[in-house]
Amino acid sequence: MPEPLLEVSDLRIRFGGFTAVDGLSFSVRPGEVLGVVGESGSGKSVSMLGVLGLIRTPGAEISGKVVFRGRDLLTLKNAEMRAIRGREIAMIFQDPMTALTPVYTIGWQIAEQIRAHEKVSRRAARDRAIALLGEVGIPAPEQRVDAYPHEFSGGMRQRAVIAMALSCNPALLIADEPTTALDVTTQAQILDLMRRLRADHGSAVVMITHDMGVVSEIADEVLVMYGGRAVERGSRRQVFHTPRHPYTWGLLDSVPRVNGPRARRLPTIPGTPGASGQGCPFADRCAHSFAACAEVPPLTGDSGHLDACWLPEEKRTR
Amino acid sequence: MTSPVRATAEEPVTDTPAAGRAARPSAGPWRRALGRLRRNRSAMIAGAGLLLIVLACVLAPVYANAIAHTDPFTSNASGTVVVNGARVPVLAQSTEGLGLGVTPVGPTWDPGNYFLGADNQGRDVMARLLYGGRNSLLIGLSSAVVCCALATVLGVLAGYFGGWIDAVLSRFFDVIWAFPVYLLAICLSVVLLTSGLHLGPIHIDAGSLALPVVIIALIYVPYVARPLRGQVMALRNKEFLHAAVGLGASDLRIMRREVLPNVLPTVVVFLPLMTALNMLTESALSFLSVGVQSPDASWGTIINDGLALLYTRPAITIAAGLCVGLTAVALNVLGDGVRDALDPNARLRGGA
Amino acid sequence: MIGYILRRFGAALLVLFAISVLVFLIFFATPGVDPAARIAGKNADPATLAQVRASFGFDKPLPVQYALMMKHLFISHDLTSFVNRGTLVIPQIIEAVPVTLSLVVGAAVIWMVLGVGMGTLAGAMRGTLVDPLVMLLGVFGVSLPVYWLGEVVNLITQKQLHDSVFSWVPPLGYVPMSEGIGQWALHLLFPWLTLALLYAGIYARLLRGELINALNEDYVRTARAKGLSERRILVKHALRCSLIPIVSLFGLDFGALVGGAALLTEVVFGLPGVGKLTYQALQNLDLPVIMGTVLYAAFFVVLANAVVDVLYARLDPRVRRA
Repeated sequence: MPEPLLEVSDLRIRFGGFTAVDGLSFSVRPGEVLGVVGESGSGKSVSMLGVLGLIRTPGAEISGKVVFRGRDLLTLKNAEMRAIRGREIAMIFQDPMTALTPVYTIGWQIAEQIRAHEKVSRRAARDRAIALLGEVGIPAPEQRVDAYPHEFSGGMRQRAVIAMALSCNPALLIADEPTTALDVTTQAQILDLMRRLRADHGSAVVMITHDMGVVSEIADEVLVMYGGRAVERGSRRQVFHTPRHPYTWGLLDSVPRVNGPRARRLPTIPGTPGASGQGCPFADRCAHSFAACAEVPPLTGDSGHLDACWLPEEKRTR
Repeated sequence: MTSPVRATAEEPVTDTPAAGRAARPSAGPWRRALGRLRRNRSAMIAGAGLLLIVLACVLAPVYANAIAHTDPFTSNASGTVVVNGARVPVLAQSTEGLGLGVTPVGPTWDPGNYFLGADNQGRDVMARLLYGGRNSLLIGLSSAVVCCALATVLGVLAGYFGGWIDAVLSRFFDVIWAFPVYLLAICLSVVLLTSGLHLGPIHIDAGSLALPVVIIALIYVPYVARPLRGQVMALRNKEFLHAAVGLGASDLRIMRREVLPNVLPTVVVFLPLMTALNMLTESALSFLSVGVQSPDASWGTIINDGLALLYTRPAITIAAGLCVGLTAVALNVLGDGVRDALDPNARLRGGA
Repeated sequence: MIGYILRRFGAALLVLFAISVLVFLIFFATPGVDPAARIAGKNADPATLAQVRASFGFDKPLPVQYALMMKHLFISHDLTSFVNRGTLVIPQIIEAVPVTLSLVVGAAVIWMVLGVGMGTLAGAMRGTLVDPLVMLLGVFGVSLPVYWLGEVVNLITQKQLHDSVFSWVPPLGYVPMSEGIGQWALHLLFPWLTLALLYAGIYARLLRGELINALNEDYVRTARAKGLSERRILVKHALRCSLIPIVSLFGLDFGALVGGAALLTEVVFGLPGVGKLTYQALQNLDLPVIMGTVLYAAFFVVLANAVVDVLYARLDPRVRRA
């Protein structure tokens, strides 16, 4: 088994009295796609921002270890971190409409990233921007390179953002809900594009999403988060075919099925997300909760399929 | 039918867990804004300071009659006053230059006796300052009210009806907007000050205080009307307005019951800021002698009176200027507080 | 872009026309008083009144009167001041223009540099002492009467401390640039600072607000994720976007200053600019001079606004096609 590219252990992020990420551990191997799933507020985006050192809120406390290619990112100086951001680890954000600075051309913004990390001429950076735009499927890239963000549609902008993220051939690409703000057909195209680019560039990908459908299409490994903690982790096959955590059951049940008997009403998970003070974060929404849930369950399991639930084996059926 | 809360005046999300909280009738948006304003310390201090200034100016006759025993509107060229036990004339012959001018008595710091000295006609500066403050505040506030009322009507009409009404009104705003405000005010003042305003049923005599009020209110109408128009245009596409239209409500009713309550917070935010701006404009116009006319006083005219005596009796100019400045600071800080509490997005003049 | 510029200047011409009509109506068509009596000044003799009536065509319909006035102003340049015994108005204005421009341009440079500098500092150093100081200066900027501040400055530099700290300050007045840049700047120094300080406060406060908003934008997060330095993010991304509303406000203020606030500053500092000219005309109700200076100033304001709008379009690609 190859050495992990990124290994996060016991990551904790606190804002004042509020714990957003509580002891999260996971790893990503080179070239692998990790799907991180959870509702809004489950801490999935915050944890990835923490990995990249992009949390700027005053008073935020971050602890744990984030080892990338043998270096702990949390101990790096600002300048060292900058050299990693955008070059070795790139990030794509949810809303392509606001992710680009409105007053510069697309090409300028891609070239800016290239020139921030590599000593190349303006001309060369621009040529690479054109090539990248072509690669992500933007028609007539020689002309569109001089377009401003407002002249692009949402899907085109997300393509441009992806082109920018790939401009320095990063080893790891973190994509935070890259398809959520787009309409369905565009979503499919962007997913296709990401799958193809991963094959071409060989980057590992962390795909943050709340959409089980997206995960099932693209992920090798799956991490399910709830209330700032990992509740289940395993290969795509394991998580989708033999889900072990009640929360994962709920997530899978709330995806409509195309074949099989039609449910009269799509099941939902009752209640609203939010970690309860003590014990299992999911306890007050869980149909199976019992006395043991007053304590936090550890993440345990075998053959790479882990879950954090006290429920005995015989009751693990949906 | 209740009007929805303004979309822009969003409540900050509270951290208390929503689950299990007892349902109680929520306070209206105005009451909540008042609560936020009360917690804003600098705004409260500014409000208290403003109250003091207003109170002092309202009590001007009490000061003039009961404490200083003086009439601030008649000159007292031959009077005398006791300073440090010695009797000196209120207006002394100037010793500088040709000796033609007069030097009024300086500040005595005695509240009953030319506290801030006399002006070049021997009138008590402190008493004039208080009376002048009444005019300055009155003109500032009433012109702000007139201006905001007029701007609300025009802005709502332009934004609600759109089409040619909007086109005409907007072009009108554009022209006034491009016109330097002081120059427009000067033009109007020069013409109206000699003859007064006679427009249909409205008759305002030359020299009346209502004249600067009307002029200042008019020149700032686009400042307020433009942002309101934009807001109403955005409201026009909101669903509750479509619903009202669908219910068959008349335009007048929709404007009164649906549009107006939604733009009112912005108008309220503009009111203290406009009062400050208008008061400053009044003082500038009075300084240029096209605002408040003698024998009436305002802080602007007092600064102008003091200009000739700047190097010999600077107290006159400094005191009057401090009054204008402090009042404007108080109004602006209070206005910023109201803005933060009621409508954080409200912007006057596209900026400050 | 060229199309945009042409359209913008076409609109400016229209606005100018509207303003000239407005001024014309205010002076010639306000009901109440005979406009000839207004123009001739107080206690004019019948001969002067008759001369004014003929020269402005008061027996003719309004459009003809308007055309006649425009001819006096812009074509034959022979608008005369009757109060001031037949002085020509236009040459007076042209003579005064360099003074006003010297004052306003100098002040504008100082206030933009100070305002942008302080605003950026306050926005980047939130939570330090710089921030509340700039906010305070901003409140003073919108609250203090500029002419009063000028008088206080005069009092200090010309009287109270003139014998000690400020002995190098020249007496009030204006020295043209042709007599030496140094003297010109020295005479204008305090007028510049007075005017600039208040505006710098307003602009710094505004820019700070814009900058703080911009720093919370998604594109700033993207820029961080690209691995750019904080400085580059602040200057190239956040500040660049925050300057857009500042520039549009600058156009308004610069114009208003030529006509408004600069008038007061010129009076206080004894600078013989267009504002001082207007002020003197106001003292003896010399209407032709007031009309001339108002239209001159309006012309300037509209021109400044148009130039700034074009600049704005250079700064913000989104408005170019609008």
